[in-house]
Amino acid sequence: MLSSVADPAPAMLKYVLNRLVGMVVVLFLVLTITFVIVRVAPGDPAALMLGPDATPQDAAQLRAELGLDQPILVQFGKFLLSAVQGDLGQSLFFRRPVLSVLAERAEPTTFLALFSLIFSIAIAVPIGIFVAYRRGGLADQGAVSTAMLAASVPSFWTGLVLQRWLATGLGWFPASGYGGPSSTFLDRMGYLILPSIVLGIVNSALILRFTRASMLDVLGEDYIRTARSKGMSEARVVLKHALKNAAIPIVTVVGLTFALLVSGAVVTERVFNIPGMGSLVVGAVLRRDYPIIQGTLIVVAALYILINLLVDLLYLLIDKRVRY
Amino acid sequence: MAAAASVSDDPGLLRSLMARPAVVIALVVFLLILAAALLAPVIAPADPARMSIRARLSPPFGTYLLGADAFGRDVLSRLLFAGRVSLTIGLGVSLLSTALGIVIGLAAGFFRRLDAPLSRLIDAMMAFPDILLAIALVAILGGSVANVVLALSIVYMPRIARIVRAATLVIRELPYVEAARALGSSDLSIMAWHVLPNIVSPVTVQATFIFAYAMLAEAGLSFLGVGVDPSIPTWGTMVNEGRQYIDQALYLILYPGIAISLAVLSLQLIGDGLRDALDPRLAKDL
Repeated sequence: MLSSVADPAPAMLKYVLNRLVGMVVVLFLVLTITFVIVRVAPGDPAALMLGPDATPQDAAQLRAELGLDQPILVQFGKFLLSAVQGDLGQSLFFRRPVLSVLAERAEPTTFLALFSLIFSIAIAVPIGIFVAYRRGGLADQGAVSTAMLAASVPSFWTGLVLQRWLATGLGWFPASGYGGPSSTFLDRMGYLILPSIVLGIVNSALILRFTRASMLDVLGEDYIRTARSKGMSEARVVLKHALKNAAIPIVTVVGLTFALLVSGAVVTERVFNIPGMGSLVVGAVLRRDYPIIQGTLIVVAALYILINLLVDLLYLLIDKRVRY
Repeated sequence: MAAAASVSDDPGLLRSLMARPAVVIALVVFLLILAAALLAPVIAPADPARMSIRARLSPPFGTYLLGADAFGRDVLSRLLFAGRVSLTIGLGVSLLSTALGIVIGLAAGFFRRLDAPLSRLIDAMMAFPDILLAIALVAILGGSVANVVLALSIVYMPRIARIVRAATLVIRELPYVEAARALGSSDLSIMAWHVLPNIVSPVTVQATFIFAYAMLAEAGLSFLGVGVDPSIPTWGTMVNEGRQYIDQALYLILYPGIAISLAVLSLQLIGDGLRDALDPRLAKDL
């Protein structure tokens, strides 16, 4: 630790390199897990994909097509080699590369996740700071209870109820879908407003609890008392000193909510009939399109790992004292 | 500090749980839900599968207390029987993921050589969003109740494994464990007699939360139509069936939604209460 204080650059470089190596290892394991999931299936994967109506000839042909007749290690090697080259196989249903099918469905899911994240941060962070400051008060208890309730109600249920009430009933939002082929980008985004609010409600529950907890930690520190005793204004104490130090856990949880947002998006897309990656996966399950399921798992997990690496690197910028 | 708390030698546990009104209410609500599900065959007013064309979509508070669904089946009876399945899945996942997580976490925390590979494996598993991984596993395994339990247990196992590993790393270095080792205790007996009792508290807390998450996840899977077979009533499949009639019969999704929310909320409150009652510092550190 002392050497890193004297000369931070090499230590920081080492930290970044370490994290990168760790990321590659975890990515390798992600690929391994997805490979195993499809291979571990009881019975013949080809027969499973084709469904009960397939003849043995069909199954044999698909096995050859997918390379399932080769030794398992050869299959795994080929799978890894293609994956690192960005080839996640062919969709059995669409008869096109998995990645290009995913890319087509990425727009609604990406913006749905992004808008919900913005919505939940905009709501949860200020409220979290405020109620931590007024700890134990009526607002605090109210906010904490509401957050817990929001985290307990299934998001699809909130979605159905709000859809019925605000969209079908009051007509404030489009009820479902993602516009027609001629819709402009802005039109399409309009379809995402209500779904984003629905998804954001669940997410904000988590962010609120985290923001509140980390602000409480910081507000109890000695230097806050010092700042106050120096006669610094309350607003300045809270916003400058406390928020600055509470930023790290808040950034962390935003990174972690990515997984929550994707899970939520899968369900929310189904409620609002949005043709995103979630609908694609659910459709793929019903059509036994295993390469699509496998590809989605890989892409989403890789994004999660990347986002959390970026979050870790962001710490370096927020807090110079981070331990490498 | 990890050695400080354990459920069994803490006589004040019940008292400190009871000191919080919200936790008491949550306990009562959850026990009521549990009792209703257990007693479903006795208290259900009708056969949950019996259809009646004439009763189709009859509103609540008439012949049927909570109305009838699109097939004229009694919603209250279905709600009670669905609760059995939903709660069974939640409990099953909570127990199985805890068992798996303890084994993996102990192995990672106790044997240095296994730590790095197991920890990276846990990291990799946690990179998958829960619903997505569960969808893939159920798609492969098939949609029986047992398979959904297995799939969700694999999804939530890493949460337990992480906690157990962290606690084991601390406990392993404590003087009395060193002493036991010096006296010739085997790895297995050190784990059983010294490590396990000390991870009971954090694991119990986490297992309670997993119970809640698993019920939410099961409902989500069933809603998507990729969970348990749609012919098995769960609160999630009830919402999925009811959504087609949302304009005529909002109550069809209202009651199962409230049931899920109440069960999950009470479990989360109980989990919070347990965490505060057992050892707040421990729960937070891990």
